Amino acid sequence: MTSIDTFAHLTSTTAEASPRLGKRRGVLKTLRNFPYGLALAWLVLTLVLLWAIVPWIFTSYDPLQGTPGGQLKAPSALHLLGTDSLGRDLFARIVYGAVHSLSGAVAAVGVGLVVGSGIGLIAGSVRGRVDEVLMRLVDVLLSIPTLLLSLSIIILLGFGTLNAAIAVGATAIAGFARLMRSEVVRVRNAEFVEAAFGSGGTFGKVLWRHILPNSLTSVVAYTAVQFGWAILQISTLGFLGYGAPPPTPEWGLLIAEGRNYLATAWWLTAAPGLIVVAVVLSANRISQSIGRSAR
Amino acid sequence: MSISANPVLDVRDLDISYSHGDERSTVVHGVSFTVEPGEVVALVGESGSGKTSTAQAVIGLLAGNGRIERGSIHLNGEEISRWSARRLRSIRGAVVSLVPQDPGSSLNPVLTIGAQVREILEIHGRLDRREADRKVIELLTNVGLSEPELRARQYPHELSGGMKQRVLIAIAIALRPALIIADEPTSALDVTVQRRILDLIDDLRREYGTSVLLVTHDLGVAADRSDKIIVLQGGRIQEQGKTADVLASPQSAYTRKLLSDAPSLAAAKPRPPLKPGRPTALTVSNLVQDFTLPTGRNFRAVDGISFSVARGTTHAVVGESGSGKTTTIRSIAGFQKPTSGEIRIGDLDVASLRAEALRQFRRKVQLVYQNPWASLDPRQTVQAIVEEPMLNFDSLPRTEREARVRAIIERVGLPATVLSRLPHALSGGQRQRVAIARALVLEPEVVVLDEAVSALDVTVQAQILELLAELQRDLGLTYVFVSHDLAVVRQIADTVSVLHNGRQVDYGTVDEVFSSTSTAYTRELIEAIPGRKFPHAETSRQFIKAGPLS
Repeated sequence: MTSIDTFAHLTSTTAEASPRLGKRRGVLKTLRNFPYGLALAWLVLTLVLLWAIVPWIFTSYDPLQGTPGGQLKAPSALHLLGTDSLGRDLFARIVYGAVHSLSGAVAAVGVGLVVGSGIGLIAGSVRGRVDEVLMRLVDVLLSIPTLLLSLSIIILLGFGTLNAAIAVGATAIAGFARLMRSEVVRVRNAEFVEAAFGSGGTFGKVLWRHILPNSLTSVVAYTAVQFGWAILQISTLGFLGYGAPPPTPEWGLLIAEGRNYLATAWWLTAAPGLIVVAVVLSANRISQSIGRSAR
Repeated sequence: MSISANPVLDVRDLDISYSHGDERSTVVHGVSFTVEPGEVVALVGESGSGKTSTAQAVIGLLAGNGRIERGSIHLNGEEISRWSARRLRSIRGAVVSLVPQDPGSSLNPVLTIGAQVREILEIHGRLDRREADRKVIELLTNVGLSEPELRARQYPHELSGGMKQRVLIAIAIALRPALIIADEPTSALDVTVQRRILDLIDDLRREYGTSVLLVTHDLGVAADRSDKIIVLQGGRIQEQGKTADVLASPQSAYTRKLLSDAPSLAAAKPRPPLKPGRPTALTVSNLVQDFTLPTGRNFRAVDGISFSVARGTTHAVVGESGSGKTTTIRSIAGFQKPTSGEIRIGDLDVASLRAEALRQFRRKVQLVYQNPWASLDPRQTVQAIVEEPMLNFDSLPRTEREARVRAIIERVGLPATVLSRLPHALSGGQRQRVAIARALVLEPEVVVLDEAVSALDVTVQAQILELLAELQRDLGLTYVFVSHDLAVVRQIADTVSVLHNGRQVDYGTVDEVFSSTSTAYTRELIEAIPGRKFPHAETSRQFIKAGPLS
């Protein structure tokens, strides 16, 4: 169940209840029970997603082309969030930057999810020596500070948006592997798994039909948390100059560029920073709702 | 019981409701009863009958979403149903106390036994440390624990289930309350331990004159131990009265049904005697199973068990927890290799099977688990669950598979509408029927039933036993039936093995084992079956036909 179902459920129960309770009470109840925070979180993510897909709808400015003479302007009706040192509209740069940050985050989480859950699934279901070896490798990964690990990977692979994503994804592998393994171990000991072996199931079939679907729920919730965290990490790498090269309007890079003008044009740092915070919080809130409905 | 004394507990027109989201549903409707001083009153009913809610309301421990809608609860003449949590706390333990259901999870694992018993003395009294310690030892002695000084220093995990329940009883009687509420105090315990615990509660009641409100699903226990019985169904009192009267001439149809379904109270229908000369379906000879403990030592769970089962008959494996019965059947089902000894099914030696041969062997032996809540995948529909074994073996066309699933679901007495449902939308009895259907869809030779009816209510249990007997008659199935409940065994089995600490102490036909020729241990098990006080309950059997589907 996702949080969209929660909405559907809420609206449908109140719709059923309202004829009996009277219309006004039904409306009041809906207003009181409506999960505003969750709705806001979905709204933020949808908006950012739209920025990534159809950025030209939201702004008429070019993110790379500056207006001569219009440098470092404060936010106004003309430039919603002001302009940067080259006279480029900041709002346009944030909107056009969404695609870089989001795709980076998706790629990073994808790497972590696929590799990490794969390792966890194998370790948890095979057990024995394979489990020992895999989990000690994961321990090694966990023992290296995240930022150090991703910086080392980037230096090995070279700079760029995709490489930054891979570097961030590699640091997420350990967490996914740990979580997946614990879930698989729990499900593997369930009676219905033994019953499936007892009715003649081969290892692969039981893994695919019973163990995997029953262990995925908390991994899905964790994925949403990791998504927010990956945006943060990619922005960090961008800020440090290891991500997308300028003039790409990546969010971390925007913050880094704005830093030089913090005293005179604080909005250059604050606006992209707040956007990153909003997206990360939204992802966390949604993850929480997935975790709750799974219980 | 003196007539002049006021009742200890007087419950009038009690309604209890629970809220789920916006909805409130009432689960107890207008329940009224009294408990006189020194009396044992049994609240009997199936799961969902409201017996636990009623008991919780009396001690003011309803769950957070529960509420007393109407009615009054007078404890020692004081109306307590509207009291605040703080005020209720002052009477809990002192005036009314609780013996909880599961001794395993009711003690704090990080505190010693002594500290936990002392806690209740310290909460309500101003005893100095030495005085309290003396009182703790005295209490532990009173509840029949050996070496009380040692026990007081031990932690809960060092004690057996029966000993933990004794500790909980010691805590409950510590302040000599007027009323003890015992919520299924023995459901989690073996029969012999159950009897000793119930004896203990009886003795303490006689000694202290405490009243007991005994909540139980087991009519046998209620029949043996109570002065008064209250039968609840769906939150309403079906019948209440003196235990002897209710059992001798039950007034409500529901009570009669409960009586006829309770295996310990109903007289066993004699099974037709075995005709000799049936071929043997399963032979176990000298089975030994060792396990290596984490400490590196060997533990022998099963030691030299031998029996054989004729085709189309039922063999029961009986024993208390830790007797090795589950280990035995897991070896039979091929889930572990015996350390030594031989298991033969037809002409196959189970221990010699490897990988693919073992998988093919599973066609012949199927296992039905104790707990239908854990043995079905919560994410698959009934259709997918029952279909799965076929997918593992034959490449049947889809229509053929669906037809077989439909047929077997009908065979176990379920409507075809359940096929598209998920397990959580089914009742316990329905789930167990699905589990049986899954086991039968491959047409196995031997079906191993691991406590297959223990987790179910008595009426559902009776229906499942009926179904198993019917399937055996029609399909010629061979059952190995594992149970701790000798009363059930007497109903369904032809031959019995009694296990004790991994050894087989008795083996033979049901008649032989239940007769006086058996060993002392088996006789002790038989003696411990509750409900022996009332052997005439079968008079009511003819009133009731098999009920609706569970």
